[in-house]
Amino acid sequence: MGPDDTNLPRSVGVATPRRLSFARPLRLKSGATLDAYDLVFETYGRLNAARSNAVLVCHALNASHHVAGYYADDPGNIGWWDNMIGPGKPLDTERFFVVGVNNLGGCFGSTGPASTNPRTGKPYGSGFPVVTVEDWVEAQARLADRLGIPCWAAVMGGSLGAMQALQWTLSYPMRIRHALVIAAAPRLSAQNIAFNEIARQAITTDPDFHGGDYYEHGVVPKRGLRIARMLGHVTYLSDDAMMEKFGRALRSGKLGFHFGIDFEVESYLRHQADKFSEYFDANTYLLITRALDYFDPAAECGGDLAAALAPAKAKFLVVSFTSDWRFASARSREIVKALLDNRCDVAYAEIDAPHGHDAFLLEDPRYLALVRAYFDNVARGVGAERPVTTGAALLDEGEPLRVVAGGGFAA
Amino acid sequence: MTEHEQLSGRPEFDTIAGWVAPEATVLDLGCGDGLLLKFLTGTRGVKGYGIEIADENVLACVKNGVNVIQSDLERGLQGFDAGSFDYVILSQTLQAMRHTEEIVLEMLRVGRQGIVSFPNFGYWQARWQVAVGGRMPVSDELPYQWYDTPNVHLCTISDFERFCADHAVGILERIVLHAGRRIEFLPNLLGSLAVFRFEKRH
Repeated sequence: MGPDDTNLPRSVGVATPRRLSFARPLRLKSGATLDAYDLVFETYGRLNAARSNAVLVCHALNASHHVAGYYADDPGNIGWWDNMIGPGKPLDTERFFVVGVNNLGGCFGSTGPASTNPRTGKPYGSGFPVVTVEDWVEAQARLADRLGIPCWAAVMGGSLGAMQALQWTLSYPMRIRHALVIAAAPRLSAQNIAFNEIARQAITTDPDFHGGDYYEHGVVPKRGLRIARMLGHVTYLSDDAMMEKFGRALRSGKLGFHFGIDFEVESYLRHQADKFSEYFDANTYLLITRALDYFDPAAECGGDLAAALAPAKAKFLVVSFTSDWRFASARSREIVKALLDNRCDVAYAEIDAPHGHDAFLLEDPRYLALVRAYFDNVARGVGAERPVTTGAALLDEGEPLRVVAGGGFAA
Repeated sequence: MTEHEQLSGRPEFDTIAGWVAPEATVLDLGCGDGLLLKFLTGTRGVKGYGIEIADENVLACVKNGVNVIQSDLERGLQGFDAGSFDYVILSQTLQAMRHTEEIVLEMLRVGRQGIVSFPNFGYWQARWQVAVGGRMPVSDELPYQWYDTPNVHLCTISDFERFCADHAVGILERIVLHAGRRIEFLPNLLGSLAVFRFEKRH
């Protein structure tokens, strides 16, 4: 393979999720304790001998540990940030060892509401404790310990993932060199919380919800989950992007004078909702929206974000998108201002992209070029300029899992 | 070429570095590719941030490992607290600003001192091109044609000094250059580039 070949962006190829079990109880911010838990994760690339090239990628509301590549038995299931991560891509897995993890409370294999509660032998359901961004970071730190990663070269995320990256710089300032905080907010606004509350109401008032213990009833609160998804989806897109994509186009070319599907946008939303309600867990949706609501590092400093960010030692890349109204650029500028007040190193870009909040997942050449350039700096700082040749073994690789088509793991 | 020479890309870099106290905090408005900040960090150990609006320049700053904040200077320095920087620099940007008065006053709100550099429109060649040639000046410092220039507020050294006097801005130092050399004699006629350091007059 010549040097030119390695520069061509390509997929990481077949990904293998792995599971690690943690026996040490995790005390949560709420005061509750998880006695034991599993985390499911994927890794791409190789950890270098100095163990200095590891990058943690944090997921947002509805994604998972499956960040890049595809599954041998489910090749259509491509990682959610595959355009960002891979050999020759902005986060280059030839140089960096990338970790994606499904957070606690999730529904993609890590311990969550659908998992069996060892104390009762039944699914946790309503008994699963409310988890916070701080709790997730704590669990991620324990994962790093088990893998043998003393310090992340970078922690990266968009939206709620960006909040985790930011929290890392506060919880473990000495274990993170760079934070990539993309399409973020330092805390939710009243409007943001209001949208989350409507989504939760949709779920909890679904007759199939059964107070969160629907597993035992063999049903799923699909109607509520569908509405939650539709609502959420609208907040991820800009008005312009929706108008561009759907306009007022009619499904059958004329008005039907009924309440079925007239407009293309209705059809699209229903389709998204159907897909989502097939694979996502309603309790996880409640938990993750609550984690969003509760994230507010400034709260402990009387609302002073600059004081809250004082512990941060990392260097930052902050990126916002001008058409994002969910977490508008002004919200990112609050973070930048607080970093500046602390004289932290920061690069802040405001990408003039039309797609709204979802822009952080899409292909914008300016955005991707920026992340690529930033990771070049990260690489220089941690001795990861060249592809990893002699790697280090992970302390604990975890148990490999086989993913089957349609979701879920096979034995 | 030494690293110093490589970094010292523009003639005023050395002048500005000579004025900036070691370890100072610096805000560079319209920082371009960030090379001035990189130079000041390398030579004076400053903690610097640039403000830049153009996507390609923000990217260049990241490539140069310089702190940069993408923002439109024409909207002022709203996000910046009063007196939060030792120096606010406006290097070769003054003449391209629409809100010239506002930005100079903003510089002195946010910074304890301001530093500007700009092409001197009083340089004899510029005067000659207008007076004798009857054409708008085009030179190394002013490489644009009248119809494609970003420069909307060109001024002479005397104009800027008058501006300072009228706006309670006290000039601390002035260095006038041409072709990288300092011009002491008839600077408004023989100098093509002016660099000023100033503060709010009390």
